[in-house]
Amino acid sequence: MLALRDLGCTRSGRRLFSGVSCTVAAGQLLRVQGANGAGKTSLLRIICGLLEPTSGEALWHGQGVTGLREEFGRELIYLGHAAALKDDLSPLENLQAASTLGGQWLDTAQARAALAAAGLAGYDNTPVRRLSQGQRRRSALARLVHGQYAALWVLDEPFTALDVLATQWLADLIRRRVKAGGIVVLTSHQDVAIDGAPQQVLGL
Amino acid sequence: MSTAVPQVSLLAAVRCIFVRDLRLALRRRADTLAAMIFFVMVVSLFPLGIGPESALLRTMAPGVVWVAALLSSMLSLTRLFADDHQDGTLEQLLLSAHPLAFLALGKIAAHWMSSGLLLVLVAPLLALQFDLSPSACGVLVLSLLLGTPVLSLLGAIGAALTVGLRGGSVLLSLLVLPLAVPVLVFGAGAVEAYNAGLGVSAHLSLLGALLVLALAAAPVVVAAALRIALE
Repeated sequence: MLALRDLGCTRSGRRLFSGVSCTVAAGQLLRVQGANGAGKTSLLRIICGLLEPTSGEALWHGQGVTGLREEFGRELIYLGHAAALKDDLSPLENLQAASTLGGQWLDTAQARAALAAAGLAGYDNTPVRRLSQGQRRRSALARLVHGQYAALWVLDEPFTALDVLATQWLADLIRRRVKAGGIVVLTSHQDVAIDGAPQQVLGL
Repeated sequence: MSTAVPQVSLLAAVRCIFVRDLRLALRRRADTLAAMIFFVMVVSLFPLGIGPESALLRTMAPGVVWVAALLSSMLSLTRLFADDHQDGTLEQLLLSAHPLAFLALGKIAAHWMSSGLLLVLVAPLLALQFDLSPSACGVLVLSLLLGTPVLSLLGAIGAALTVGLRGGSVLLSLLVLPLAVPVLVFGAGAVEAYNAGLGVSAHLSLLGALLVLALAAAPVVVAAALRIALE
């Protein structure tokens, strides 16, 4: 269970938001909405424990996220604004490295299957530098295919640069994760319908 | 698709980051070699500038090689965490399922293999220009072998503190160079002591002690610095 208690965030003297509270139970989706610069990314970074809130706290199963560190890392998949891909490595190498660091071992066959599911079949060994923006995004999102183990997904603008097919694929992945009892927190400007998943909307 | 997946041991995770960084260094050979070529150039300028005075050159050799090694390692250190910070992989390291200090150690080890180790390997050739005897050359290599990992470890602290800052490379040098003074003193001192006919074990033992100390402390400090820098 993820709980936000009276969160406030001030960045370089500007108050982004304050008094943000909500509780997300297992099997729920949390959509964070707000205009550009409203602090959506900052909120997600606070949830992950990358950023210390100015006031309040984010709790994972009743414990502060900043104190949990590796324990929390094992249960979390965070896909941020930057794709977290190494330009000189292939999608396959990127995916395997990212999973290993996340605490999950993927053998080559599993990793290839994940990339194929993400629509990157045949690009396994192409350096990421040569992929298009949408393909880079898919390459980063491929981690979610085998990511059902993680209890919490935090996705920052995951639908950016995706085509219709990939958007549906991702919406389906998110729906399945939520239905299987996971928590997904995401920000999105596109109003992608994720039907059948109990969801909350948090406006900043 | 949601298969049960085996857990990853800490060792496997450290190896993963080590292999990843070495692979990146191999794929960007130009960047990797630039620091080594800088080292070769700087060291080679001295015999050219001073002229064929072998007694003077022999006295200067350890100091020159060590200072050049220090400056060259500063060059490559600026990018140790900067690239990861830029493409977002550094955030993933912070959110990893493994302690950050060990992952940082893996990164530093890979960095040393692709920078410091190259300097150690090329140093004997450079020592020839200074008319160092083969055994003095051996002492130089040994001192570099013990000292350059310390430079990488200390430098990593500076790199972690300055990650994401503009003009970070200058600040990095200002932070790290004073800390590296003992390494320089004992490293160059070992060869000088050998040339003077004294024992080298004291100098090398001190370098070894510095290495052990840096190995134990630096990764923890780097991890703390990275968490602060990414706020």
